[in-house]
Amino acid sequence: MIRAAVLAGIVLALPAGAQDRRTGYDDMSPALQAMQDDPMNPAAFWLIDGEALWSEPAGTRGQSCADCHDAAEDSMAGVAARYPAWDEEQAAPVDLNGRIALCRDRHQGAGPQDRADPDILALLAYVTHQSRGMPLTPDPDPRLDPARARGETLFTTRMGQLNLSCAQCHDDNSGGHLAAALIPQGHPTGYPQYRLEWETLGTLERRIRGCLTGVRAEPFAPGSADFIALALYLQSRAAGLQVETLPIRP
Amino acid sequence: MSVLINVPETAAPGEIVTIRILIQHPMETGFRTGRDGALVPRDIIESVACLYQGEEVFRADLFPAITANPILSFHLRAGETGRVEFVWTDNSGVTARDGRLLTVA
Amino acid sequence: MILTRRTTLATLIGGPLVLRFGPAAATPETMQTAIDGFTGGADITEGRVTLRIPLLVENGNSVPLTVSVDSPMTPDDFVEQIAIFNEINPLPDTARFHLTPRSGLATVETRIRLNGSQTVHAIARLSDGSFWSAATEVIVTAPACREV
Ligand code: HEC
Ligand code: HEC
Repeated sequence: MIRAAVLAGIVLALPAGAQDRRTGYDDMSPALQAMQDDPMNPAAFWLIDGEALWSEPAGTRGQSCADCHDAAEDSMAGVAARYPAWDEEQAAPVDLNGRIALCRDRHQGAGPQDRADPDILALLAYVTHQSRGMPLTPDPDPRLDPARARGETLFTTRMGQLNLSCAQCHDDNSGGHLAAALIPQGHPTGYPQYRLEWETLGTLERRIRGCLTGVRAEPFAPGSADFIALALYLQSRAAGLQVETLPIRP
Repeated sequence: MSVLINVPETAAPGEIVTIRILIQHPMETGFRTGRDGALVPRDIIESVACLYQGEEVFRADLFPAITANPILSFHLRAGETGRVEFVWTDNSGVTARDGRLLTVA
Repeated sequence: MILTRRTTLATLIGGPLVLRFGPAAATPETMQTAIDGFTGGADITEGRVTLRIPLLVENGNSVPLTVSVDSPMTPDDFVEQIAIFNEINPLPDTARFHLTPRSGLATVETRIRLNGSQTVHAIARLSDGSFWSAATEVIVTAPACREV
């Protein structure tokens, strides 16, 4: 009863969803924007680590990323703006986090990887940095369409004990407030991101886990098909917005 | 643990330059509880000193209220060419150092 | 009305707040004790110190702070120390900066943690032994979706 009243309260108090797309960066205070624009921002540590890892031999094959992909500035430019993409071998969509983990496993012979491993995170930051400022351009491969549609369905499905969908907050009520926090449009332009709340770098997956536990819903399993479907939809919803590195969020 | 240090490469004699340092460190307060409910032991950098031409020119004493991955920015009047050296110490007494050359011309 | 809604929502959506700091918390009194420790009980005059902190911050884990003191920073007239104090974190001491005439300019920047809305104080000790101060009130909001 109380809960219903409270939620009706938010919906009434909030303005209709903005038509203009705004990134989380656009919504931050000038102080946090300045922190992100500062090249001496704490996310830089992962970038530095990722750059070093790029040319470090690893796994049973003893090969480095650079051995196969040469200079990341060339080979990885635009990749983060395009992902998730189709993986032939698994015949399924894979996100960039998963792709890097797969290269470690398949091509370097380092065995199955933990998606949240600090090295994978550092490489993800480094590979993403090569798309800095590029517009998100969803991969047109039609094999991705069913997953993208599934992602849209998930986005608009009410979940959890609070029975709220992503869309209710991020489409209908963005620009409004939840407790004291501004509800952003929820675009995936800045990942992996240094979140002040975490005091460390984290992935889109971790961020969405926060939203899901927020509505008391079961979070997706790491790298699950549903998470990747949602990532595909979020990316097409944000098409044209620029990839941010090194992102900071509250 | 890495560190980022920003010292201009060159300065004119007497010029006031901006020095910045960002240190990768959790600055664990010692007041937080972990998932198991137990207190996470304090692990913070307690002091960051800046040495130049054999003198301590700046020092910051830090407490748990300083952010994880602490950043400091301050100023220095350029004298002679020399290294701007940093020494930082954590609460268990472990010390690290790094520096950059400042060419004064 | 608004307050009730806020509180309820924070509890509902935010879940049990992760205890950032233990039960111990500074009070304006413990802060005063810390300040007295710094000044030795000497008089403090408001002025000469400028404390810049955003008035409203989205997350208390990292709040940019710039403090500057109006001083020529010459060997006979310089700022020796600047101390930053907070009112409600577990410890009132936040940072202490030791400067020298070689600093050239008495401006220091860092980022601090603020365990909730409060007033932050900066006190400078000059080479003539005088103390000067400034204070800024900061409103700290918290993100809604936190991991529990
Ligand atoms: C032995 C060669 C080899 C190594 C070593 C290697 N990769 Fe790959 N990488 C490939 C191949 C082949 C592909 C194409 C997808 C596939 O077949 O797995 C690929 C694809 C990629 C892609 C996707 C590119 C795109 O346009 O879709 C990324 C990103 C990537 N690799 C990153 C890395 C990183 C980071 C490392 C080091 C941790 C690495 N790779 C190591 C061979 C390699
Ligand atoms: C109850 C409202 C609510 C729901 C439901 C919700 N979110 Fe959020 N979301 C927020 C708020 C508020 C933030 C801003 C961060 C904060 O304060 O926690 C946020 C942040 C985000 C961000 C970070 C954007 C950035 O700038 O990096 C993404 C992405 C996101 N949400 C995606 C989702 C997805 C996907 C779902 C559904 C699975 C979802 N959210 C459900 C309220 C919600």
